[in-house]
Amino acid sequence: MSAPAVVPPRFRRPPHSRIHTEKWAWLFMRASGALLIVLIFTHLFVNLMTGNGISAIDFGFVAGKWANPLWKWWDAAMLVLAMIHGTNGMRLLVNDYARTRWVRRTLKSALAAAFTLVVVLGSLVIFTFDPCPEGAAATDLNAAVCASITHTATTSEAP
Amino acid sequence: MPGGSSLYKSGTGMWMWVAHRTTGVAVFFFLLIHVTDTALVRVSPEAYNQVIGLYKNPFMGLVESGLVAAIIFHALNGLRIISVDVWEWANRHQNRLAWAVWILWIIAMAGFLPRHLGHVFGGE
Repeated sequence: MSAPAVVPPRFRRPPHSRIHTEKWAWLFMRASGALLIVLIFTHLFVNLMTGNGISAIDFGFVAGKWANPLWKWWDAAMLVLAMIHGTNGMRLLVNDYARTRWVRRTLKSALAAAFTLVVVLGSLVIFTFDPCPEGAAATDLNAAVCASITHTATTSEAP
Repeated sequence: MPGGSSLYKSGTGMWMWVAHRTTGVAVFFFLLIHVTDTALVRVSPEAYNQVIGLYKNPFMGLVESGLVAAIIFHALNGLRIISVDVWEWANRHQNRLAWAVWILWIIAMAGFLPRHLGHVFGGE
């Protein structure tokens, strides 16, 4: 069996960019990947392996976690790093598989839109979270978190 | 090689590459959904609990297991890719490292699955 003939690709290499975008993208995938292993494995362990795992996840669980600023920043770091890592990965797939300029451009615009939407939405949710919204049923809330909030509110009001 | 027309070199490395892309895409789309449903905590406790409640059934429990399996594979294979890039020994033995990825994946899943499925099927 002879080797299949390889047609040389007609590909014009784009001019070298001064900031070496692809080199930095390559490096970012490795650095963020390593960091995400620590962030996500901890996230999965705490949420799925401790206590009652997935069956314990509800609004009160989220309120309990986000009462600690460490978890807020943990989740924000995960959100931003994972979204850049994932969106860049998808960009590489588009480069590899999308055949026409139109498809490439459309898919990349969709990726950019999804990235912006999810990162903005996620960050706003983390940092504007209200653990004890008015009018919510007490059974849906984290009693301990709400008690500590009313406690600090009343003590800070007192001169 | 059947047909003999494919330019793919096949072999372990290629299949690890295919699996890395597949799991990456799956986790990416999960991430979009995961952030969106978690955003419901900003709508109301009731809305969030209602939607999360939809996930609390055996079928979704198995989907979650698949997602964790995909994440753990992608993470371990990512470490293999990094070491192949920076470490000459790993570059020469990437095949052996591929097996290490699967062995570590099995160990991690053996730690995760009984506990998770216990939560899913055990009622509490």
